[in-house]
Amino acid sequence: MIHVEGLAKRFGAVEAVRDVSFTAQDGRITGLLGPNGAGKSTTLRILYTALVADAGRAEIDGVDVARDSLGARRRIGVLPHGAGIYPQLTARENVRYFGELHGLRGPALERRLDALIEQLGMGEFADRRAKGFSQGQKTKVALARALVHSPPNVILDEPTNGLDVMATRALRELIRELRTSGHCVLFSSHVMQEVAALCDEIVIIDHGRVAGAGTPAELQARFGGATLEEAFVNVLGVQEGLA
Amino acid sequence: MIATLLAVLRKELLETVRDHRSLASSLLMGPVLGPLLFVFAMSLSLKQSVTSLDDAQPVTVAGADHAPHLVQHLRQQGFTVTLREGAAAEVPGWIEEDGELVVLLVPEGVGERLLAGEPAAVTLFADGSNNKADRRANRVRAAITGYASGLAAMRLQARGVSTTLMQPIVVDEVDLSTPTSRATLILGMLSYIILVVTLVGGLSLAIDATAGERERGSLEPLLTAPVPREHLIYGKVLASASFMAIALAIVMVTLGSSIHRVPLEEIGMSANFDVRVGVLLFAVTLPFVAVGASLLTVVASFTRSYKEAQTWLGIVLLVPTLPIAIAGVLDVRASAPLMAVPSLSQHLLIQGLLRDEPLPASYVAISVASTLALGAALTWLAGRLYRREKILG
Repeated sequence: MIHVEGLAKRFGAVEAVRDVSFTAQDGRITGLLGPNGAGKSTTLRILYTALVADAGRAEIDGVDVARDSLGARRRIGVLPHGAGIYPQLTARENVRYFGELHGLRGPALERRLDALIEQLGMGEFADRRAKGFSQGQKTKVALARALVHSPPNVILDEPTNGLDVMATRALRELIRELRTSGHCVLFSSHVMQEVAALCDEIVIIDHGRVAGAGTPAELQARFGGATLEEAFVNVLGVQEGLA
Repeated sequence: MIATLLAVLRKELLETVRDHRSLASSLLMGPVLGPLLFVFAMSLSLKQSVTSLDDAQPVTVAGADHAPHLVQHLRQQGFTVTLREGAAAEVPGWIEEDGELVVLLVPEGVGERLLAGEPAAVTLFADGSNNKADRRANRVRAAITGYASGLAAMRLQARGVSTTLMQPIVVDEVDLSTPTSRATLILGMLSYIILVVTLVGGLSLAIDATAGERERGSLEPLLTAPVPREHLIYGKVLASASFMAIALAIVMVTLGSSIHRVPLEEIGMSANFDVRVGVLLFAVTLPFVAVGASLLTVVASFTRSYKEAQTWLGIVLLVPTLPIAIAGVLDVRASAPLMAVPSLSQHLLIQGLLRDEPLPASYVAISVASTLALGAALTWLAGRLYRREKILG
C-alpha cells in the first residue's frame, strides 16, 4: 500500500508539487492522470526516493520514504520514466545485476530470472545483448528489473511511452496480472484512454495538486459528462491541452 | 556492502570488456602504443645524435694540390675527402645541386705562402641554413683551426720560442651537464608516460559509470536499488581503479620489453629495468590509481553528458602531472616532505628506481600513505556527491 499526504516539492522558483495526497491500495491499479508538467513524475520520484520532499509524508507499507529510504526501496519495484538499460549486457544480465543489488544470490536468483523471462515473454531475446533492442523489448527488460525482488508495490512512470499497439496491450495484461496477484500498482500517464482502460482508482493531478480522485464511475458522477473524458475535461477546465 | 561492491565491479568490468572500442583505447592505445612511441622516438633521436659524432664527415676540396698536407690532415681527422676541380665561381652551383655539400677551396699559391710563413687564405663554402651542412662546416673549420695552431707552434719552435707562450690560459672543460640533464628529461618523460597512461586506462570506465549511466537513463533505476548510493559509487571507483591497475601492469610489460632499444648507455645512463625493477615500479605506482580513479569519478559526476565528461577529464588528466612538470623545472630531489605529494612522490620514486638510487623505506611508506589517504578522501567525496538530488540531472 502506498500512502501520500500533503506532499510538496519545489525546484528553484518552480513549484512542481504543491499539495498531493492519495492512497493506493493493494490488489488495485491506481493511475495518476494529468497533463504534462502537472507533477506526476515528481510525486513518483519522491515515492521511490530519488527526490526528497520539502513537505508532507510518503509511506510504502507504512515505511516512511524519508526516514527509511532503503526499507521503502526494498518494498517497491520501479520503472522510471525513460528508463535505460545497459546495452553491452544481455537482457538476463541486466536483470541479474539488479537482483544482486537486491541481495539475491545463486540458484534462487537464477530461478527468479527464469520465471521473469517466462512471465514477460522474453525467452527469444533473453541472452542477446541489449544493444539493438526495440523499445518494447527494452521496456520488458526494465520491467523485469523492477520486479526481480518480487516487490509488493510497483511504480510505473509513463510505462507505455514509445510502445506500439501490441506491446502496449501486452504491458496492460501484465499490469492486470500484477493486480490479480495482489500487488499495489501505481502508474502515471497523460493518456486518458489508457488510464480509463486499466485503472480501478484515478487520481487527477493538475498544477501540483490533486484535482479529483475516485473510481472512473465516481469521477463521472461527481464532475458530470457522458464519458470519462468529458468528466476529465470538466475537472481540468477546457483550456487545458491534453494529449 | 562487499556484495554490492562486487556486483557493481563485476558489471562495470563486464560492460567495459564487451565494448571493444573503449577497451582498445583503455588498454591498447595508451599502455602499449604510448610507451612504444616513446621508445621509438627516443631511440631514434639518441641514435641520430650519437652516430653523427662518429660518422665519417664528407668534405669536397677544390685545389687540393695547392696544400697537400692540409688535405692529408683532414683525412687523418676522419674526413672523407672528395677531390674536385673548379674555380670559386663554380662552387655555388655545386652546392645548389647538393645542399649538404661542404666545399673547401684552396687557391693557388697557398702552399708557397705557408712555406714563407705568411697568412694563407682558404675559403669554406656551405649552406648555413642546412643543418647538416652547417654541422659539417663547423667540423671542417675546427679541423683547419687545429691544423693551423699546429703549424703556428712549429713556426714558433723553429724560431726558439716556447709554444706555451701562446697559451696564457688553459681552460679545462669537464662537461657533466649534458648527459645528466638529458637523462633527467628522459626519466621525467618516462614517469609522466607511466602516470598518464595509467589514468587513461580507467578514463572511459569512469565516464561510462557516471556520466554515461546518466545519459543512458540507467542511473535513476540504479538508485532505486535498496543499497546506499555511496556504495554504488565506491564500486564504480573500484572498477575504474582496477582498469588503471591493469593498464599500469601493461605499461610495465611494454616498457620492460622495449626500453633496451633506447641507447641510454650512450648518454651515460644505464637502463635499469629488469623484472625486479618492473615489479617495484608497479608497486610504488599502484597506490596512485586510487587517486586517479576517484578524481576522475568526482569530476565525471559533475558533468551532464558523455561528451562533456570527456572534455573535462581531458583537462583533469593534466592535474596529476602538474607536480611533475614543476619538479622538472625546479629539479627537485626526493625528500620526505615531497613524498607526501601524490603523483610527485610516484614520479620521484620511479626516477629513483630507474637510477638505481637507494630509496629509504620511509619514503615509500609516506608516499603510499599520503596517496591512499587522498584517494580515500576523494572516494568519500564522490559518495557524497552521489547523495545529492542533482546527480540525476
